Amino acid sequence: MAAKTPSHGNRDIVRLENARKIYQMGTEEVRALAGVSVSFEKGSFWAIMGPSGSGKSTMMNVLGCLDRLSSGAYYLDGKDVSQLDDDSLSELRLSYLGFIFQSFNLIPQLSVQRNIELPLYYLGWDAVRSAQRAKELAEIVGLGGRLNHRPTELSGGQMQRVAIARALTNDPQIVFADEPTGNLDSATGEQIMELLDNLNKQGKTIIMVTHEPDIAAHAKSRLHMMDGLIDRIETETHETDQPHQEYLARR
Amino acid sequence: MRQTNLIRNIWLGVENLLLHKLRSFLTMLGVVFGVGSVVAMLSVGEGASQEALEQIRKLGSNNIILSSVKPAEDEQASTVRSHMSIYGLTYADLERIASSFASIGQVAPVKLVRKEVRLHDRAMELRVVGTTPEWFDLVPREILAGRVILPSDRQRQAPVAVLTEFGARKILATRSAVGQMVRIGGDAFEVIGIVRSEAGQSQSMQIPDQDVDVYIPIEVARKYFGDIITRRTAGAHQRERVELHQIIVRVNDAEQVEATATGIESMLARFHGKKDYGMSVPLALLKQAEATKRTFNIVLGSIAGISLLVGGIGIMNIMLASVTERTREIGIRRAIGAKRRQIIVQFLIETVVLSTFGGLIGLGVGVLIPFLITYFSGMATVVTWNGILLPLFISMAIGIVFGLYPAMNAARVDPIIALRHE
Repeated sequence: MAAKTPSHGNRDIVRLENARKIYQMGTEEVRALAGVSVSFEKGSFWAIMGPSGSGKSTMMNVLGCLDRLSSGAYYLDGKDVSQLDDDSLSELRLSYLGFIFQSFNLIPQLSVQRNIELPLYYLGWDAVRSAQRAKELAEIVGLGGRLNHRPTELSGGQMQRVAIARALTNDPQIVFADEPTGNLDSATGEQIMELLDNLNKQGKTIIMVTHEPDIAAHAKSRLHMMDGLIDRIETETHETDQPHQEYLARR
Repeated sequence: MRQTNLIRNIWLGVENLLLHKLRSFLTMLGVVFGVGSVVAMLSVGEGASQEALEQIRKLGSNNIILSSVKPAEDEQASTVRSHMSIYGLTYADLERIASSFASIGQVAPVKLVRKEVRLHDRAMELRVVGTTPEWFDLVPREILAGRVILPSDRQRQAPVAVLTEFGARKILATRSAVGQMVRIGGDAFEVIGIVRSEAGQSQSMQIPDQDVDVYIPIEVARKYFGDIITRRTAGAHQRERVELHQIIVRVNDAEQVEATATGIESMLARFHGKKDYGMSVPLALLKQAEATKRTFNIVLGSIAGISLLVGGIGIMNIMLASVTERTREIGIRRAIGAKRRQIIVQFLIETVVLSTFGGLIGLGVGVLIPFLITYFSGMATVVTWNGILLPLFISMAIGIVFGLYPAMNAARVDPIIALRHE
């Protein structure tokens, strides 16, 4: 279907080609992704927007290697990952991706430090190095003194900082943020967004799902979804070559 | 790396279990009681059977013991005044047995009489055992002083007596009594030795209870006391004529014991009109005891198996609930990059830690119980390595078997759904 593939494929960190995801809900077929082709550049900051049911969560799950496409292709850093098995996808999440969630998703019985260390545990780091790394990251997100607290003893903003630290532990290529400010007041939300802005400035690719325009404004590019398809793309970059418009035009 | 991971996994499991101390403890109880009862039962069973085997071995595993038994019809006849019942093993039996079987090494006859034994002015009724020197080979005892009966004593028909330690004590004889004269039923005997008493318990084995006996040469017993025993009971004399009370036969080869026993049995059957003798073969008893022990172990094993099964089901139940409760945690771990296998290992280790710890506590309980039993009732109990390691191993295996299904359930959790799970 794709008449031509983008010539600058190497700079794309993620690329979907005619991606479809179809769920069976009882007798009804839900087309969460109805043939999406899009690519995000390395180091970009995207906000995926759209009403609920538009497919933005599915998009995020697919890009985050948590879910597999029904058909189509997904290239992560130039490699087709759409046919990989569960273990390989886990491996990818472990070494390439970081996640931040609306409800923080910290493990309540573990201390802040142990939560931050969690990916290192699965990466097989030893305890001393892990502790050192956790300390560094806690400093970066401004939680230096709270390493031994339990998540339940923290405020929402602090919990989200822990989650960001955890997402950065494995030095990921892409950080996924699913409504990162959804459970926070606007002031705290701003602080969290500043952290994400900084990460992006340091070169991390950030893909964020949100329905709040204020929050989405932090992103350099915004992708609006509707009924499993891309509705429109806004971008602040002033590059002459606009591959996204190309995909948009194809709709 | 793998090993440190295992240790961290175990530690993680311990931490998670410590979060719910009461729940973990209650879950463990099933295994605690299961393992505890297995260990306790095994050690009590082992103790009982070792005691039985020890008793049988004392009788001599190559020995065949023949005893005179008063036939049932004579019991009735003997109520008639002055009736004399004649029964039991005879001197002729002894001769025949000793000369007919090549497999027999030694034979010792035993003649029992109850007589008053007097040393100076102290008198007690003791059991007098008329026997031959071979008896001391077949039923070995430690000589504390002097010597035992020798073949020369038989030839001379010497009035000599060997006392047991307890028997000697009853008439206040000490080791220095060797060489002194005692009166047995009015006749003078020279004390030639004192042997150690064997703790009695052997009545059931039909061997003279070896506690308070006096041993004299059988010829002397026959000459002095005859073959007729008169018992005075209320208003009646009971007279019995018994030549020999026991014949102890030692077979040279253990393989030949059963064949010889059968041979002796049929020989006795031919010469005795009625069944006035009994035979016990310690080797047969030994085999029987071992068979009983096996059956006992199977029964115990089944009971223990059921209690451990119940314990395992309890653990599985709680772990299933725990997996549901921790769906979100599983989702987080999976999203971060944990593989299914790692989730399985995490939950499996938690279950194994739980069941093994339960097993260890059960072991403590199970070792304490036999100790208390021995302390309070004097019953012998033996805790063997098998009795410890087997239940411990089984409790670990229970953790794996009953933890596998909950762990698989945990691994099946879909991270997307789990993360949405509030």
